This record gives sequence, C-alpha cells and structure tokens, in this order.
Amino acid sequence: MKRDEVPGMTHDLIVIGAGPAGMAAATTGVELGLQTLLVDEQPSPGGQIYRNVTGCDPKVSALLGTDYTRGVSLAQRLAASGAEVLHDTLVWDVARDLTVTALHAGRAKQWRAPQLIAATGAMERASPLPGWTLPGVMNAGAVQLAIKSAGAVPAGRVVVVGAGPLVLLVACQLLDAGATVAAVVETAPASNFLAAARRLPRALRAWSMLAKGLRMMWRLKRARVQWFTGAEEIELLGKDAVQAVSFRAGGVSKRIDADHVLLHHGVIPNTQMSHLLRLEHRWDDRQLAWHVVTDAFGQTSLPGLRMAGDGTAIAGAYAAEASGALAALGAAQALGRIDGVALAQRVAPLQRALAVQLAIRPFLDELYRPPKALTLPRDETIVCRCEEVSAGKIREMARLGCVGPNQTKFFSRCGMGPCQGRVCGNVVTQLLADELGIPPAEVGAYRIRAPLKPIPLAALAALAEEAPTQTVNSVAESEHAE
Amino acid sequence: MFRRIEGQAPRRTIAIEVEGREVNAREGDPLAVALLEAGVERFRDTPVTGAARAPLCLMGVCFDCLVEVDGRPNVQACMVTVREGMRVRLQHGARRLEPAR
Repeated sequence: MKRDEVPGMTHDLIVIGAGPAGMAAATTGVELGLQTLLVDEQPSPGGQIYRNVTGCDPKVSALLGTDYTRGVSLAQRLAASGAEVLHDTLVWDVARDLTVTALHAGRAKQWRAPQLIAATGAMERASPLPGWTLPGVMNAGAVQLAIKSAGAVPAGRVVVVGAGPLVLLVACQLLDAGATVAAVVETAPASNFLAAARRLPRALRAWSMLAKGLRMMWRLKRARVQWFTGAEEIELLGKDAVQAVSFRAGGVSKRIDADHVLLHHGVIPNTQMSHLLRLEHRWDDRQLAWHVVTDAFGQTSLPGLRMAGDGTAIAGAYAAEASGALAALGAAQALGRIDGVALAQRVAPLQRALAVQLAIRPFLDELYRPPKALTLPRDETIVCRCEEVSAGKIREMARLGCVGPNQTKFFSRCGMGPCQGRVCGNVVTQLLADELGIPPAEVGAYRIRAPLKPIPLAALAALAEEAPTQTVNSVAESEHAE
Repeated sequence: MFRRIEGQAPRRTIAIEVEGREVNAREGDPLAVALLEAGVERFRDTPVTGAARAPLCLMGVCFDCLVEVDGRPNVQACMVTVREGMRVRLQHGARRLEPAR
C-alpha cells in the first residue's frame, strides 16, 4: 500500500526519537524506500547515549571512548540517507489512530503515517534514598550528559553510589576528566553474586563487555579510589545541599564528605508514551520495570505502532540499533514494500547481533539487581519528589484501601507534579505491590494523558483553529473507550 | 558547582542574565549545565514545603530544573540551549497563570 493511496497520511513511516534505535529505524526506512520522518526533542541526533555526538569536543569524545563515538557513524548514515529529520521537536501526543502531535519552534505540528516507530529510550531508575532530593545529588547518567553536552564535570569531591555498570564507567570517566572521585559505594547485596554466577556461562558470549568491566575495576583500583561494596543504610546528609554520605559496609559505619553525590541503579524503559497509548505492558521481575510487549519486529498491541530500543526493555545501545532496523523492516513488510527473500537476508544478521547483546543481560540484571532498601524505601524517604510524598504515606494509603497508583495519586497528589510520575511511578507500583501482597502487574501504572509535557496554551489553541477534529477529540475518545 | 574539563578547544562565550546578574556561558551549552557552571546550586523551591531542588537527570525526566526563561515559566533548563541575552529567573513556589499577551 503506497502512502499517496491513503488519505490523511503525511508519510509512510514516522520515527520518534533519534537515539540508536530511532536513527537506525529512520535510516533503514529510507533505504527501503519509505518516505520517513524522524522527530526528536534534542537539538542534534544521538539520544542520551550519543548525546551531542556530532558536536562534542574531540578531547571529550576521546575521553568517552568508542562506545560513544560509534554514534558519529550512525548520525552520518542518517544524514546521508536523506531522511526528513526535525530536531527540537517535542511530541506531546500520539493518538490511537497514530496521529503525532508535536511542538516545534513554538507551534503545534501534526503528522500521520500508517507505520510509527516509537524509540523513546531509557531513563535512570529512581534511587529513593534519604536525602536524595538535596541539591548536589544527581543521577550518575546526568553527569555523563553534562560531559557529553557541555564538556563539564562536577567540581569538588564526588561520591558515586549505586549498582550497575554505569557506576564504574562514570567513576572512570570522571577520573579521566580530572575530577575528584572520593569514593565508589556499591549497593548491590552480596546475594546478587550467587544469582549472577549462574548466568555467567551465557554472558561469556559477550566476553568483550565483561573484559570492559574488569578494565574499569582495575582503573579504579590503580587510582586508589576508596571502594565499598554491599553498602546499606545509605543516607545523603546536608541542609540546603548535600555535604556527606553515610552508610554501613562490612559491619562498619562510614561517613564520607562530598560536594556531589551521584546515584545510579540501572536504567528502565521510559514508558510515558507507551502508557499514554495504553499498549500492552508486562512487569519484568528481573529488571524490576515495565516492558512493552512487542513481536520480533517491534509491533506492539496497537496495529501499526512499533517500538524499538531501550524504551521497550533494557538491552543497551548496540541492541537498540538492531531492534530499530528490525522495526523498520517490519514496517516495510507491513506496507508491502519488501519481499520475503530480501527481508530474510536483512533480518538474519540483525538477529544475530541482537542475540549477542541479549546474552549478557541476565548476568548484569542479577549482578546489579537493586537492593530492597531502594525498591521498597523506608517510610520517611520521599518517593514523589515533585509533591514530596513519602514511602510511609503510600503504605498508609494502601492500608486504607488504595489498590493502585491512580488511587494514591488521587488522595495524595503522588505522581501529579511536574514530572507526571516519571520518576516515582516504578517505585510506587512496587511499594503498593509489596504492601498489598499482590504482583506489580496487578497493581498497574499511572494512567498517562496528553500532553506528555507542558505546552503553551497558545500552541494548543492554534492547533484547534487549524485542525478542529484532531487530537483533542481523539484523546477524549480513547479515554471514553476504556 | 560544575567546571569545564581542561584541554578543550575554545568555544564562543555568550552572556546570559541570571537573576539580574550577568553570567558567561559557552555557546551550545544546555542552560542547566551553564547554570551549574555558574555556581547556581538551588534551581527552584518546591511549591509544597519550599525545599530546594536542583537537576537530578539532565535529560528531561525529573523536572527539578524548572526555571523561568525570558518570562516563560516552567522551562526545563536541561532541554534548552543558552542564547545570547537569555534572561533566567529561578522559581520560588508555584507558578501563576499569566494573562495572555
């Protein structure tokens, strides 16, 4: 089916997000002859993993290494493909008829294609620890983004706290950038090692990634960075800004002065858009996060809407690239624009690449499974940063009869602030599941509505004048349909 | 406070205004990083208890870096690039709905 045969369609394929999955999807889409539009919120391609990769200072690029500069060739292939790419474009609604509504240069824009690939990426898992709202406390990934986007690092003493490959990576990158890493405090409980050991044989398929991990550990040892493992009872101390971290490790209480504390407990899919679209999700007990249910070509429960990359399940940037290309192949097949032989030829190497990347995941997931103290924080710990709702308040509401996050939101405003539950959603689901004694899948997630981010009323009003029947009505209809 | 990694090629310096004070930033920097480099520690207060907040994620998720840019409130400082003459105000408490201009 050709695009111009379908009324109301502006493109054959629309891709949302210019990270590795989105760039690969758009590039592949154009290669397959699809009229493709790629929209992205950032000013340049790369997503978060390759943020600013086309504009990064050479000295900073060198420091970040080939896992970062790989993004250059992806961005070049995208530029050479001739895909229509729109940056600084905030998609704030996707209707169930696949109409995409965005804010670009202060104006609302709408497009529609029979095939849509959402490559919305990952975000860092919340690390709700006592004191985590203090200025000076930020996610470890955020510091990486400051390095990538501006060549800047925290000044003063930095302590990295958490569990995950990124803890070691960021500590090493900070050392290379000349920052002062005062300590690395790992929170993964010792029991994780046993669980992970069983997954090691399969992980050996991705031996180069394991070797990378060992090199990072050696780098930190050589730099004589204080290093603690199995840390518990972590608290971030300070009044108007963080001043120190306290914790227990190996039976001893520690307190380390810090000007910056970086938290990291892995990444999880950013499901704001997939939940807006009421796609089928499933709770993954190993990654402790929602996954979007898709087939091998990214097709979700909504016909025509595909998802690719870490926005569906965490598998890393290399896997995202393969899954983005697979989603574009699926789109071309659905549109009758590729034959079975050509499809099979292109799919096989992508699936092999994907399999290698997926081989190490169970090992990493078990090794860096976040501790209970983090997924089920202590009562006094703030869970919802925006509305300052504590874990204790959530538990109390569960005891009073709230059975899901939409009810606790109604009674406490938890998840109702500016971030719209992006940060706390995953924690609230787990807290309620634990308190109610039911699986997280049964507790569910926040019901997300458009706009996905705040937009000026003027942009919305202009849209109503231009297209009176679009979006606002379709959102209302999908709400009624439930 | 953040600082620049040494050994980078020089980039054009531009002036922005933060709380009425002139601050130097480098062309292309996300506003949030420019503010962190300028020593801004407290980006906003929460509307609930007035507690201090500063960026957590720098990728558009946490909304803790909300500032007022050129009169427009609730702008994610991590999602906008600095521009010459940009006027930034830090936010205290909740925003009000301004009459249309």
